[in-house]
Amino acid sequence: MALYSDKVMDHFQHPRNVGKMEDADGIGEVGNAVCGDIMRMYIKVRDGIITDVSFITFGCGSAIASSSMATEMIKGMPIEKALELSNKAVAEALDGLPAHKLHCSVLAEEAVRAAVKDYYDKHDIAYDPAIFGCDVACAHQHDHDAPAEA
Amino acid sequence: MYVYADNAATTSLSKKALEAMTPYFCETYGNASSLHSPGQRAAEALQRARETVAGAIHADFKEIYFTGGGSEADNQAILTGAAIGARKGKKHIISTAFEHHAVLHTLDKLKKQGYEITLLDVHENGVVTARQVADAIREDTALVTVMFVNNEIGTIQPIAEIGAVCRERGVLFHTDAVQAVGHIPVDVEALNVDMLSMAAHKFHGPKGVGALYARRGVPLVNVIEGGQQERGKRGGTENIPGIVGMAAALEEAVTGLDRNMAYVTALREKLIGGLSKIPHSRLNGDREKRVPGTVNFCFEGIEGESLLLLLDARGIAASSGSACTSGSLDPSHVLLALGLPHEIAHGSLRLSIDAYNTEEEIDHIIRSVPEVVDYLRDMSPVWDALERGETPHLI
Ligand SMILES: Cc1ncc(COP(=O)(O)O)c(C=O)c1O
Repeated sequence: MALYSDKVMDHFQHPRNVGKMEDADGIGEVGNAVCGDIMRMYIKVRDGIITDVSFITFGCGSAIASSSMATEMIKGMPIEKALELSNKAVAEALDGLPAHKLHCSVLAEEAVRAAVKDYYDKHDIAYDPAIFGCDVACAHQHDHDAPAEA
Repeated sequence: MYVYADNAATTSLSKKALEAMTPYFCETYGNASSLHSPGQRAAEALQRARETVAGAIHADFKEIYFTGGGSEADNQAILTGAAIGARKGKKHIISTAFEHHAVLHTLDKLKKQGYEITLLDVHENGVVTARQVADAIREDTALVTVMFVNNEIGTIQPIAEIGAVCRERGVLFHTDAVQAVGHIPVDVEALNVDMLSMAAHKFHGPKGVGALYARRGVPLVNVIEGGQQERGKRGGTENIPGIVGMAAALEEAVTGLDRNMAYVTALREKLIGGLSKIPHSRLNGDREKRVPGTVNFCFEGIEGESLLLLLDARGIAASSGSACTSGSLDPSHVLLALGLPHEIAHGSLRLSIDAYNTEEEIDHIIRSVPEVVDYLRDMSPVWDALERGETPHLI
């Protein structure tokens, strides 16, 4: 199907870092099943560096590909850098997403941030709450565009 | 092996239809309105096709109006019912919640023009009753429009009974039979319908051609204004190759109907049996009142688009009612009309088979779907929560 780029199809069909992590230092889950996509991101942190990361995702092809790509991008990164990961960067790394799937890359960005926040909270690491905005889940907004039909 | 199991979306063109159409592109290409002999030969082909299509549904050829497909036929039927009603001050229309958008969006348009629309509940099994229609009919009801076979779940509606109610109460009755014609017996006399829509590409005819049956005496309102084609009810030079192809495909489908129905029903039963073994799955729509070839399942904990893409990679073409495949945020209105929660409706799979499918293909589907469902469940946080008992299984 030409709906997605080869990169998206590759990450969808061969997702990197997929699976649960038993001894994660931080876990972030965003999205909801009613909307049709949920991402859960696990991170392992050593000396401020994300040494390992994995995900499980319920969602469409681009949701799974976005999760996979985001894990690859933040693996080995200092935490502060991972917090700078933007949905745009995820979408670009996938050679683009269809317009109505861009929210999947937003979800990936939010999942990373939620995992970092969980890590900070669990390890009593002080942070400025403003860096996470109001609530990590609330930025996840789709626009209800007109339904198409086949 | 690549298995095409999306025949409710569209079908391949039958060889017979292709052969029947071929001469009308480069040899007999005249305009059926022309007086010269190439034109008259086209007009004769058009007439033969009209008689064939009429014969297939037990109508008179004067009651067949060729259109540019099923959607156009639906639009024209509904706008006709609305216009006839309005002349008598009747502006109430009854339909169902799970019609095709060709019907629902036309009704939306009429609503904005001051019509009142009642959409009947289709129940958990996806079947309306004649009783519901009888109860909904009012003094000012202009039209009842109920689909014959639902395109997503394949349930058959009691059209003959609804038709009888409408006839008794003097209300015009239309049925969208796009998923029925060529797949189950359709007899406009027995069904008591006043108008009926069909589309060639659902029964191995060409795309972009369909027909509206309108009982003698039903004054159709034009959707397309133009010349005197189709007795002035549908302007535009007739698509002769398409119409000829439609007639050939329909004749073939009707000739083989009994045999095909038995064959496809057997394949379907095997398919349902195989897929029902998947834990926390559910067959959507009534177990008995269904067209031979359309099967719709929901699998808990997974999302339909990823299921489709992985099935495609394994050589199976199917479809889904998930939001991601509809291009909107909400899953299919059909599945929601059955009362399914969003999170279940997102995990739907429609397989629509017909006489072109083989038993080996069904085996391939029965082998592949459980594997893909397992694979996706293994990476699904929703499934994880269900399995750990954090959220209750809904199916
Ligand atoms: C029930 C039903 N009605 C109407 C249509 C529209 O037909 P067409 O695509 O030929 O306009 C379809 C098929 O898409 C259908 O399944």
